[in-house]
Amino acid sequence: MPLNFEIVTPERQVAEGAADEIQIPGKNGYLGILPGHAPLLSELGVGEIVCRRGREARHLAVAWGFAEVLPDKVTILAETAERAEEIDVARAERARDRAEKRLREAQEETDFERAQVALERALIRIQVAGHGH
Amino acid sequence: MANVLDIRRRIRSVRNTRQITKAMKMISAARLRRAQERALGARPYGQMLTNILKSLVSRAEIYDPETGEPRHPLLARRPEKRILLIVVTGDRGLAAAFNANITKAALRFLREKQGSSIDVVAVGRKGRDFFRRRYPWNPDPLMRLGPVQLVAEHVGVLGKLQFSDAGRLAESLIAQYTEEKIDAVYVLYNEFKSVIAQRLVVERVLPIGELGAHEFAQAEEMTREERERAARVATSAAISTQEADTAAMDEHAAQFGVASQDYIYEQPPQELFRDLLPKYVAIQVFRAMLESVAAEHAARMTAMDSATSNASDMIDALTLTMNRARQAAITKEIIEIVSGAAAL
Repeated sequence: MPLNFEIVTPERQVAEGAADEIQIPGKNGYLGILPGHAPLLSELGVGEIVCRRGREARHLAVAWGFAEVLPDKVTILAETAERAEEIDVARAERARDRAEKRLREAQEETDFERAQVALERALIRIQVAGHGH
Repeated sequence: MANVLDIRRRIRSVRNTRQITKAMKMISAARLRRAQERALGARPYGQMLTNILKSLVSRAEIYDPETGEPRHPLLARRPEKRILLIVVTGDRGLAAAFNANITKAALRFLREKQGSSIDVVAVGRKGRDFFRRRYPWNPDPLMRLGPVQLVAEHVGVLGKLQFSDAGRLAESLIAQYTEEKIDAVYVLYNEFKSVIAQRLVVERVLPIGELGAHEFAQAEEMTREERERAARVATSAAISTQEADTAAMDEHAAQFGVASQDYIYEQPPQELFRDLLPKYVAIQVFRAMLESVAAEHAARMTAMDSATSNASDMIDALTLTMNRARQAAITKEIIEIVSGAAAL
């Protein structure tokens, strides 16, 4: 029995389909979901979603979201979600460098948390983009 | 009588203008179509979010079971002493009365809420310019420069609107509301369901009332002439006057988060509710902006259609004048020749 999935952002429906296994970045750590999973609600952090079907795997980068897991279906509301092939690596790298610089030259008024989240997002996007080719 | 050459030149110039207004109408129609799609694209997320929040309300005991008082600060009502009003206009003109109608409605709202202090956040250049001219500009939250002041402006975001723009605005609203710097947030915008179903509304964003319901403090329908004209123009640009059919979409969204009574909660329901509610505020603001963008394109499309037909009328009138002038010139020439011949 395959596991249906749907990923929705405020802008559009990013992806849907069927998979054998889905990995989602829960707020408290990654969750691997197989068909028949017990109903579950979880917040998502910044991370990578992997939908595996046979030997094919689709990778997506998400930043903050919310997931509903049912035995035959996973629905994800994400604030942003990008498919691996859509990611602009150059932009992600620039964002990473910017965030690193901000953290390195951190001063009192620097918003540390924000810079850290930005860095995390950029790193995930670069990592996910690596699967797109 | 004007000379034929001059009139011909004017006709050419009006014809050029007509070419431009015609093109602008087509561009607005294309943009309107895209804006409508985007507004529709935002719907499932909004609906799903509303659903899950509703089901969390009972789970997380958001309302005190004994007193019925909400336990979340964004749901708490207070007397409206300080109001924040977001005014969504367009960045650009040439859209007939679109921007003027909004600023007029804003003034009406300000009059109605006289006695409260009002902070205005302007989204769109036209509204910003209007408020800058009339009211003090004061981004400093520790000061007040009058009962009405402009505290923030967002210019140039509507063109390529992203959810994060609305998210950031929502964050600042939530922070101010939670710190009790403001007691209510309203957003004034042009609601857009279809080209012939538009309203100017003032919607309350904070405190949050019933989830999924809209609370309007003010609403102004289109007049019949406006609706008829919009319908005619939309048909000529091949744009549907029907509201998008969202029934299937909504039904699908309605299944989200309500499938089971015994979900495993990875985080406590209270925490989920607390983290999700700000997204709800953000999506409200985002939706208002998306609809306003669609409405602006629709208004510009109608305005450019009128401009095009005005230009056609003008070309007709000028052509008539030119023919008359040419006739007159010929007649005059003949008379001159004839009288010249007679004089010999």
